[in-house]
Amino acid sequence: MMDEKEKERILSIRDLDISFSTTSGTVHAIRGIDFDVYRGETVAIVGESGSGKSVTVKAAMGILASNGTINSGTADFVYHRDNGEKVELDLLKTSKRDMRRHINGKRIAMVFQDPMTSLDPTMQIGKQIMEGMIWHYGTSKEEAYKRSLELLEMVGITDAEKRMKNYPHQLSGGMRQRVVIAIALACNPDLLICDEPTTALDVTIQAKILELIKDLQQRLGISVIYITHDLGVVAKVADYVNVMYAGKIVERGTIDEIFYDPRHPYTWGLLSAMPDLDTEDSHLYAIPGSPPNMLHEPAGDAFSPRNIYALNIDDRKEPPMFKITETHSAATWLLDPRAPKVDMPAELRARIDRLLKEEAK
Amino acid sequence: MENKEPLLKVEHLKQYFPISKNFTVKAVDDCSFEIYPGETYGLVGESGSGKTTIGRSIIRLYDPTGGKITFEGRDITGKMSAETNDLLRTDMQMIFQDPMACLNPRKKVVDIIAQGLDIHHLYSSKEEREEKVAKILEKVGLAPEHAERYPHQFSGGQRQRVGIARALIMNPKLIIADECISALDVSIQAQVVNLMKDLQQETGTSYLFIAHDLSMVKYISDRIGVMHLGHLVETGTKEEIFSHPLHPYTQSLISAIPHPNPRIEKTRKSLHYDCNEQGIVYSDGTLHLIDGTHYILATDDEYKKWVG
Amino acid sequence: MESTENSAAVLQPDEFLPNDFELRGNTDSTHVDTNFASQNFWKEVRARFFANKGAVFSLIVIIILCLLAIFGPGMNKYSYSDQNLLEKNFAPRVPGLESLGIFDGNENMTTTTGSKLVNGYKDTGKEDVYYWFGSDVLGRDIWTRVWEGTRISMGIALCAAIIDMVIGMSYGLISGYYGGHVDSVMQRIAEIVNGIPRLVIVTLLMLVLPRGFVTIVFALMITEWIGMSRIARAEMLKLKEQEFVLASRTLGAKDFFIIFREILPNIIGQIITQLMFSIPTAIFTEAFLSFVGLGIPVPMCSLGSLISDAFNSFTTHPYQIIPPIVVLALLMLCFNMLADGLREAFDPKLKEM
Repeated sequence: MMDEKEKERILSIRDLDISFSTTSGTVHAIRGIDFDVYRGETVAIVGESGSGKSVTVKAAMGILASNGTINSGTADFVYHRDNGEKVELDLLKTSKRDMRRHINGKRIAMVFQDPMTSLDPTMQIGKQIMEGMIWHYGTSKEEAYKRSLELLEMVGITDAEKRMKNYPHQLSGGMRQRVVIAIALACNPDLLICDEPTTALDVTIQAKILELIKDLQQRLGISVIYITHDLGVVAKVADYVNVMYAGKIVERGTIDEIFYDPRHPYTWGLLSAMPDLDTEDSHLYAIPGSPPNMLHEPAGDAFSPRNIYALNIDDRKEPPMFKITETHSAATWLLDPRAPKVDMPAELRARIDRLLKEEAK
Repeated sequence: MENKEPLLKVEHLKQYFPISKNFTVKAVDDCSFEIYPGETYGLVGESGSGKTTIGRSIIRLYDPTGGKITFEGRDITGKMSAETNDLLRTDMQMIFQDPMACLNPRKKVVDIIAQGLDIHHLYSSKEEREEKVAKILEKVGLAPEHAERYPHQFSGGQRQRVGIARALIMNPKLIIADECISALDVSIQAQVVNLMKDLQQETGTSYLFIAHDLSMVKYISDRIGVMHLGHLVETGTKEEIFSHPLHPYTQSLISAIPHPNPRIEKTRKSLHYDCNEQGIVYSDGTLHLIDGTHYILATDDEYKKWVG
Repeated sequence: MESTENSAAVLQPDEFLPNDFELRGNTDSTHVDTNFASQNFWKEVRARFFANKGAVFSLIVIIILCLLAIFGPGMNKYSYSDQNLLEKNFAPRVPGLESLGIFDGNENMTTTTGSKLVNGYKDTGKEDVYYWFGSDVLGRDIWTRVWEGTRISMGIALCAAIIDMVIGMSYGLISGYYGGHVDSVMQRIAEIVNGIPRLVIVTLLMLVLPRGFVTIVFALMITEWIGMSRIARAEMLKLKEQEFVLASRTLGAKDFFIIFREILPNIIGQIITQLMFSIPTAIFTEAFLSFVGLGIPVPMCSLGSLISDAFNSFTTHPYQIIPPIVVLALLMLCFNMLADGLREAFDPKLKEM
């Protein structure tokens, strides 16, 4: 039996549907998304550009662009006040003022992609970390200062005292991102959202930041939503993966299920398109075409034009989510009992077998 | 491959940028390597390593501060004769990183692709020009109707293909691909890389493939060079580099590559490398030959320590 | 994590076609994403411009004023230089509106002893004479002179602005492209020229050269090009290191080709905006020169000279100074708003999505 506290669901998004009005027309960016985040878990949202992964979390944080409209959906967030009282609210229906005052920075914190522009260039690092605590909790300056030093050490910045007085341009990209993470953790949030935090960083720095996030998560027990387009990164940090395409989640499952038993042709494509260090193939399998532009909403399955395993029905009807196991579902007509038996590409099957054997070594 | 003449020979190349009287950025500091006809040389490094600068120095967008670059047997380092200049501008081409910025937004695709032909007068009639453009568009996987479009009517991957077409139409011997897939989605990267491999099979062009993604570099390259802070710290065939990397920087770089295998990846820790901490000064080292084509930049002591 | 069950329970059996669950077959891999739509640059600019009501209104006003400048003088039988000393200082009188009690030739004249209503037309018994804007101290029709003056003012401003654009743009582009020493020298020269007071140069020129249209254009041209050159240089510096410019260089394009055929088309928006901004400056400078007597020679008129002429009768016959002032103010205001609207249209600050 699962530990009740551990399996507490802290964020639950249902039927999220968002459009943007642009000069070229209406872009239907999010077309019905459901996902959950449980306490202490890392959920990854994987998708390419235009899939809508950033828009989803921005809507939950209340920082959606002004030309965006939330057509429908709920985002139920659960947190506990200091006195133990449990509070449940719908983030999408909360006013901007309440979001700023009670949620943003305090309960849900966000780490963005570009560390260059995430920090205020005219403010010292120490001040930026202390700011949130003073504003949300009214902590005294001395206490906030002490806590900031602790946070800087926790994120792996040596010479914390000296760094408190530095300005952002005096730090390298990796250190800046660590500072951003420190700021995010300053108010002890329940949920940390990372929107492609390492895409702009070098691979060695990326490795260290990922290790840091994982370490912090285990130590502090916070939940993390990790948004990325890089499946390699997902393998390291995530417990649960949602694969997004064209504004919908096309496959979701635990990390093992997605990596060792993917069922959606798009997931096959993503996994195959990454060369890993042991690939001996002379040709990388590539999904043909490009992600669709959501100005013209496709009828049927949005992935069907690029899908070599498409069925005739994919052009007419969108597939529902088919349940594979308790935790694993995929939205593809290939899972319908009437569909022909189609297995993943041979190269991918070979590679997965190889990966499974690797573990045994 | 060493019995053939190298297509491109870079010897002790230096590219410095003086910022002020007391401060000079040494973007490329004494690098040497060779590229042979028909092969792909992968140049890998992180930001600040100088890999983009070295590509631009080779194609003479900058004037090298020191060293020698020999292309097709001719010295292209200093002032070039008009003939050498023409040779350089036709036989060596470049593909750029940013699909948004690499095409002139106000020009039609046909004019963008045919620009090289226009400058060097490589056709005799307008029809011939259009025909050449149409043929190259098909080769890179676009339709001839696309010639009349403007860049903003294409997706990122397609723009990169137009960039490749622009370089390819000149029948170059060497194409420098400067991080040309870094800005693309994962599924599109695979398309572009497959295309580049196919084109190489067909035309025998060499590539200098500059990138920071080691897995992709390993997939496409025959030989690899690893750069750090303006120095080439290790170079060799891809087997030599990936199977037994000897320089600690190369080792840390390889250990940092995320591996798409959750069970291993979750517990793996990357190697830490800091040249200051470990007392490594690149400018003190020289290139030592280990075996085959595997070179490493080290002082004699370091060489003894790492290689034994 | 709820998910829907097998579809058979959700969809009706008859919604499926017999061949639904068969593989579709090959997708065309060179299939061009027609779904990747993107707006034409100029279409977007137009859309943004027309959404800006102030700019559109200004454009309409400018067009109306231009039409009046072209056709206005011909609309009645007076020419701009005909003098009729018997009909001097008549108040405005318009045929249709006089029955409404306005523009009926009456003017209220106040003196130290009191005010009285004077009607020049009635007083001289000329009932069938109409001066739409009134007549000035020498009996000339103000309506015709105002529009004639607008023609001259705008003509001078446009010529000066366009010549400035060509000179300034080339100077700035070349200076920015070459950089280094060339840039340093060219910019120092520009700073020196900019440092000398404009009015001093112009005044000296006017004293030396014969007065006339060409001279004023020449005088305006000497100093106004610097603003345009700054804009052009700034844009050049932005675009110089862009990858498409580097691509041109690697293909062997010559410098002047790159400057004028690659980069210039990308900055045409900012150039046009700056051109629109420089027109009101030119109009005003010319008006000022004419006002102080250094501008257009008599009998030609410009808005400035009209204001100058009517200045002396300002307290006695205020209607004489109002039309040129209103036209001048409208032109300057509307060109500024138009330029502002263009700048917003070419370079929107907000990003969508």
